[in-house]
Amino acid sequence: MSTTSHSFHHLISIDDLDRAGIERILDRAESFAEVSGREIKKVPALRGRTIVNLFYEASTRTSSSFELAAKRLSADVVNIRSAGSSVDKGESLKDTVQTLSAYDPAAIVIRSPHAGAAQLVAGWTSAAVVNAGDGKHEHPTQALLDVFTLRRRLGSLEGVNIWIVGDVTHSRVARSNILAFTRMGARVTVAGPPTLIPRDIEALGCEATATLDDLAEAEVVYVLRMQHERMTQSFVPSLREYAARYQINDRRLRPGQLVMHPGPVNRGVELSAATIDSPQALIGDQVKAGVAVRMAVLYELLVGSPSLAAVA
Amino acid sequence: MSNLSGQPDQPDRLFAAPQPPADLLIRHAHILDPRTGLDGTHDVLVREGTIAEIGAADALEAPDGAETLDAEGWHLFPAFVDPHVHLRTPGQEYKEDIETGTAAAAAGGFCQIVAMPNTSPTIDTAAVLGSVIATARSSARVPTGFLAAITHGLRGDELTEMAELRDTGAIGFTDDGKPVTSGGMLRKALQYQRLCGGIIALHEEDPALSGDGVMHEGAVSARLGMAGIPSVSESTMVARDGALALFEDARVHFQHLSCVESVQALAAAKAAGARVSGEVSPHHLTLTDEAVRSLDSRFKMNPPLRTEADRRALVDGLRDGTIECVATDHAPHAAHEKEVPFEQAPMGTTGLETAFAAIYTELVASGELSLATLIERMTAGGALYGLPIPRIEPGAPANLCLVDTAARWTVGEDGYASRSSNCAFHGRTLNGRVMLTVAAGAIAYRGPLLVAQPTARQR
Repeated sequence: MSTTSHSFHHLISIDDLDRAGIERILDRAESFAEVSGREIKKVPALRGRTIVNLFYEASTRTSSSFELAAKRLSADVVNIRSAGSSVDKGESLKDTVQTLSAYDPAAIVIRSPHAGAAQLVAGWTSAAVVNAGDGKHEHPTQALLDVFTLRRRLGSLEGVNIWIVGDVTHSRVARSNILAFTRMGARVTVAGPPTLIPRDIEALGCEATATLDDLAEAEVVYVLRMQHERMTQSFVPSLREYAARYQINDRRLRPGQLVMHPGPVNRGVELSAATIDSPQALIGDQVKAGVAVRMAVLYELLVGSPSLAAVA
Repeated sequence: MSNLSGQPDQPDRLFAAPQPPADLLIRHAHILDPRTGLDGTHDVLVREGTIAEIGAADALEAPDGAETLDAEGWHLFPAFVDPHVHLRTPGQEYKEDIETGTAAAAAGGFCQIVAMPNTSPTIDTAAVLGSVIATARSSARVPTGFLAAITHGLRGDELTEMAELRDTGAIGFTDDGKPVTSGGMLRKALQYQRLCGGIIALHEEDPALSGDGVMHEGAVSARLGMAGIPSVSESTMVARDGALALFEDARVHFQHLSCVESVQALAAAKAAGARVSGEVSPHHLTLTDEAVRSLDSRFKMNPPLRTEADRRALVDGLRDGTIECVATDHAPHAAHEKEVPFEQAPMGTTGLETAFAAIYTELVASGELSLATLIERMTAGGALYGLPIPRIEPGAPANLCLVDTAARWTVGEDGYASRSSNCAFHGRTLNGRVMLTVAAGAIAYRGPLLVAQPTARQR
């Protein structure tokens, strides 16, 4: 395996990482997963350093796992949400970032409803920037924790057949996961209503289909969240019709297929309640992996040197 | 006099601040004017703002008081005409005003420009039009004409007082920035054109198809997760309005065409006998949506940059004359407006200062377009509106553009004459630099590298 994987200063896109870079983060995450099993879940790696979490969009699991990840690395953490902050008073992203940069943070973690926000922030600060979701563009740490979860379960993604099902058009998770899964050797098919599969999505290196007729060929079924507002925009006529065609449930799944979902789940829409709670579902593992993988990302960005690996 | 617009020439609809007429002897320039057939090294003498004489190299003497320029190795073209710019006056002078916009035009080699009415307030009444004409008369560095709105506030639901706007000085009409979505509303404007004259220019976009799109819909928008503007949102409207133009025997001009389907729709309308014309921008001729992968908001404009196949179709259409002219769609925006995530940034790129160099570098050097065709298409835009065509011939008003085609320069490194810097070519190294622009007989721009060589009393 290549050991020449480039070091990186920001994590904006899965395109920032080659396969060796992804594997290095996952290996690091394995050691941090062990920390999360201890009674004192903390290592001193980032003691005295500051991490800013800048969230312009509502988030439960991403924001909480980034916060926990930073705290378990002993960093000082500042959480800023758009509501109630100067952002609410009309301050521009640039001004906000330049103000926060005055605190000399080691890293800025940003979630934004707009594609390219993390990349812009990286141009305005000397801090390392982690993209915690930018519009419908990318969500690279979600993809890394999904690869981590699958690698733990399957050993490797090489040759694994993964179907991503649902609203691909509006999903940053889908985009980062197509890139990450294929980079790790998996074959990816996206499936969903033709109104919610982007034209020319095949250019990302996946196949696309409008039906679940061949779902049995999938070893992993990655289910996307179906947002209610898509109905009012006529992307699908009704939730009922969507569920009838695309819901992942016991009737559609065969034994042995693994089911994943980035959360939060609409029970009874994209996934049946029974499937969510079945042993085939890895949804709980994904959430658990979130903290270890985000610790690994922050560690690789801010410490990174292999000689310090023993800290964990 | 007849021209492509089917109207009498209307130079009286161009406005500029009075400038002293030039007395100038340009020596040894390679003169290229596809309309007069000049293509070789000559001397040109300008007296009192008029081309007095064209002679063999070294054949002409500078009269007393005239400046002599040695243009050895440079090209002299008829100065360019831009039928599509945004000068942002009134209301958005922090982006551009008539003085800075026309300075940018002069720096780009233009001697005539046509400004769009999507200002704040909209140029939709005689009073607003009169005020921008007055401003142009006091501050425009090159002759500037104005289009007035087709509908009040560009809202698409009520015609402006088109006849009075024509009497006040409007060259023609457009709701540019927005389409005239209702075919019925456009049809009434086309009928009314019979009364008041004036070309009706159209920004073609079906908002039901473009929706909240921010870039071309295709492989790149799929990758970036940004809402797309499909090519058919433009081409279906070109097809519809070509049919309406034919039905009403109206004169229609299609602005900033961007895709292969629109070129086909324009060609079909012409073949059917419609009196229609089209324009294309330097950025659509030279860039594609691949540039948007950078997420740099300088590449955000409407219509959006499209694919390589679209770009090639536009070049082909310009070469074969389906598309008559180049138009920059110069659209200045302030830095703080563009320094935001791509989806939030306003649409538009500046283009006056880079138009010739961008196309010359990307298309002429590669052989996609001949230099003579480029000069023809960069000087044809005004004639569509009935404006006089710049020509290099004795007796013509001096509208000249002196270009060092060998000069390499990096866009933006010396700043811009425009008040704004949102140029899609920013940071690129281009070939071809404008050294001198003479517009309507007066020197409108003198490049920083051009050392004046006064021969006698003045300066």
